[in-house]
Amino acid sequence: MNPSTQASELTPREFTRWIWRQLTSMRTALFLLLLLAVAAVPGSLVPQRGVDARTVQAFFQDHPTLAPALDALGMFSVYSSPWFSAIYLLLMLSLVGCIVPRISVYARALRARPPRAPRNFSRLPGSGTFTTTASVDEVMAAGRRALVRTRVDVVQTDAGAELRAEKGYLRELGNLVFHVSILVVLVGVAIGALWSYRGAAMVTEGDGFSNTLSQYDEFNSGPLYDSDALPPFGLLVDRMIAEFQPEGPQRGAPKRFQANVTYTENPGDKPQRYEISVNSPLSLDGGDVFLIGQGYAPVIRVTDAEGEIVFDDAVIFLPQDGSYLSEGVIKVPDAAPEQLGFQGFFMPTAVSAGDDAPTRTVYPGAVNPVIGLRMWTGDLGLDDGTPQSVYTLQKDQMTEVLDDNGEPLNISLSPGQSQTLPGGGTIEFVDLRRFARLQIADVPAKSLPLAGVSVGLIGLMASLMVRPRRTWIKATTRNDGTGARLTSVSVGVLDRVPRDETPIDLESFLTDLQETLATLDTSKENPT
Amino acid sequence: MTLEQYAQISNYAMVAATCVLALAFVAHAAEWAFARKVADEEKELVTTGPTPPSPPTEDTTPVTERFSRVGVTLTILAAALLAISVITRGLAAERVPLGNMYEFGLAGVTVALITYLGLVWKYQVQWVGGVVAAFGLVILGMSLSTYVPAGPLVPALDSYWFEIHVSAVMLAGAFFLVGAAASVLYLIRVRAESKDNVGPVLRRFPAAAVMDKLAYRVNAMAFPLWTFGALIAGPIWAHYAWGRYWGWDPKEVWAFITWIVYAGYLHARATAGWKGRRAAYFCLIGFVTFLFSYYGVNLFGSGLHSYAK
Repeated sequence: MNPSTQASELTPREFTRWIWRQLTSMRTALFLLLLLAVAAVPGSLVPQRGVDARTVQAFFQDHPTLAPALDALGMFSVYSSPWFSAIYLLLMLSLVGCIVPRISVYARALRARPPRAPRNFSRLPGSGTFTTTASVDEVMAAGRRALVRTRVDVVQTDAGAELRAEKGYLRELGNLVFHVSILVVLVGVAIGALWSYRGAAMVTEGDGFSNTLSQYDEFNSGPLYDSDALPPFGLLVDRMIAEFQPEGPQRGAPKRFQANVTYTENPGDKPQRYEISVNSPLSLDGGDVFLIGQGYAPVIRVTDAEGEIVFDDAVIFLPQDGSYLSEGVIKVPDAAPEQLGFQGFFMPTAVSAGDDAPTRTVYPGAVNPVIGLRMWTGDLGLDDGTPQSVYTLQKDQMTEVLDDNGEPLNISLSPGQSQTLPGGGTIEFVDLRRFARLQIADVPAKSLPLAGVSVGLIGLMASLMVRPRRTWIKATTRNDGTGARLTSVSVGVLDRVPRDETPIDLESFLTDLQETLATLDTSKENPT
Repeated sequence: MTLEQYAQISNYAMVAATCVLALAFVAHAAEWAFARKVADEEKELVTTGPTPPSPPTEDTTPVTERFSRVGVTLTILAAALLAISVITRGLAAERVPLGNMYEFGLAGVTVALITYLGLVWKYQVQWVGGVVAAFGLVILGMSLSTYVPAGPLVPALDSYWFEIHVSAVMLAGAFFLVGAAASVLYLIRVRAESKDNVGPVLRRFPAAAVMDKLAYRVNAMAFPLWTFGALIAGPIWAHYAWGRYWGWDPKEVWAFITWIVYAGYLHARATAGWKGRRAAYFCLIGFVTFLFSYYGVNLFGSGLHSYAK
């Protein structure tokens, strides 16, 4: 047998131990920490599905070759990708491997008595000596009194006595609490991710929302959430209030958003009122309702060539930016003889500088609301069964309606105005309403991560601020030549975390001790 | 006074403070330059060993010492002007002046300078003044580039968590700044010490261990503050304002990265083989990630914190 190979071969057990040691070493932990930081970076640069799915779609359109490659690497959902999970799971394992042994070491240290004094105090960061006429026992008692909130042992030695003291046990406790808290936070976050749901819905003033899947525009839930079990609350948006700064340098900036709703927590309950605003969600059993956006929903009425009212509803126009220039689509499948489609924009405060200058909107509040539409006729494509968005018009089977000059027909309406359509019939801008964009979400065990991180913070502060210190006092008696008894006292201090203040602290401790002993002395001399 | 007048005063005070802080930096730079010159002259006079320090009388105060004092005095003036700017900005906007990146940077540098001056008063750390002034100027530049006129808050910021979250994060940032400044000097000094080549400029600075300790102290204060501000107050507020406590918004990602790097710093400093130089690198990387989460995120990405522009 070749001895060199024999020496390098590890049994599976030894190998496992070796791997475990490597994983739980501080070097590995530091490396994994840095790796986690680096791995988190791409998620802030590449759009993420869980954060903004629309931007991800746009990215795919803009970068048709790059996007699939990035997608294969999980770049559009970094924080749930296998490689990101691998790093933090390894980090967790390393953390567990680090704290479990330390907990047992700490448990032993808690039971242990303060260690014996080193032989030579001069090697300690702080030491001092003095002599006193007090007895050894008095020195020990004074020492015990001076060392408050410290674990103290007094041991008799050949020449006198030795006091051993240790304090600052909270430092390691804080440290352990902090690290265990991180695990608690992660467990809480995991529970939240697995059993949560989050959805968004746009609800026009006067309309209702009931908490079922079909009512959502967007819906995401954790893998273990049963979306059939959505809590059965419902609400009605009575009024959506949106106010903007009317003047000053921040003219047009949002000032107040508030949705006045009437809700029932369970079917059959008495309806209650609530004002949802940006920082004050409506909390219900099984879900919170947040106001996360708003916009305009003009009420449009369309009559067809036969004079029938074929469309009469509020149409949500999606805001494109902070000016609330909004885009929307009206689909009139019931119009005869042909289906009608309208697409265009909404301007809350339209201003036209001149006849030729294009109209633009100058203020997000509805001061001079105008909708501008173009018109298509033909087949809306609603009947072939493929789902389509209510916010886009499928134009491949439709033709655009032109005006007398052969230009696309422009329909421009203010509230109350109506316009006759070329093929007969009318379109009317009946009224202007607003819509509220509500987010409904429930994350179970929210309080677990919060409690974890809060307790962890306390632990962290203890681990950073508590300074463990060992103090020893040795006292020995000798007789001087005149027969009087003298006790020589030496004090040694060891800070387990080096500090500048050690000598100053020692100085004041020695002064305290000597003063206590001096008062003892005088009281002995003058018994009253 | 009208709101416009307060806003005007705030802007003037900000510009004046930037100029004064630049002068403070120049004074500290002169301090270092003269240290070199003085040392050269000393070398000509005495060829062996360092000269004993001259008695500190009025006339013979070393020129470097005088420049150092000028630097500290100018920094005091800059801090006072910045404080005026922050206060009048708050009066002009009729709210706590932490509502956008400009105000955050302004208030952050103010707190950083006051922290530094407090440390000068207590521990005589004026040696770090030049780097603090330089970092302060960089951040003032960043915030000037995001200037917006004083005005009211958008509804999303209308919450008491706004003051709690932003001020905790800002305070932590101010401490990070001072810690990073100390770490820069530490790295320069420790390099010279390891080569046994501590030049005349570096000789003016305290030993590497002292710098390392200052960096650790401020970072150990900053880290719990950052934990509270970015990982407790932030998520609580995010829950109320956005309907989720953590959503990997770019700003959140970078706050998390900053937290990780500073956690790495604290661990590195307690680990044999990593304490010292490597820990200092962690501290500097941490400060860079902090700056990125303050400024870079808004520069490159959009995200929910974009009103902070």
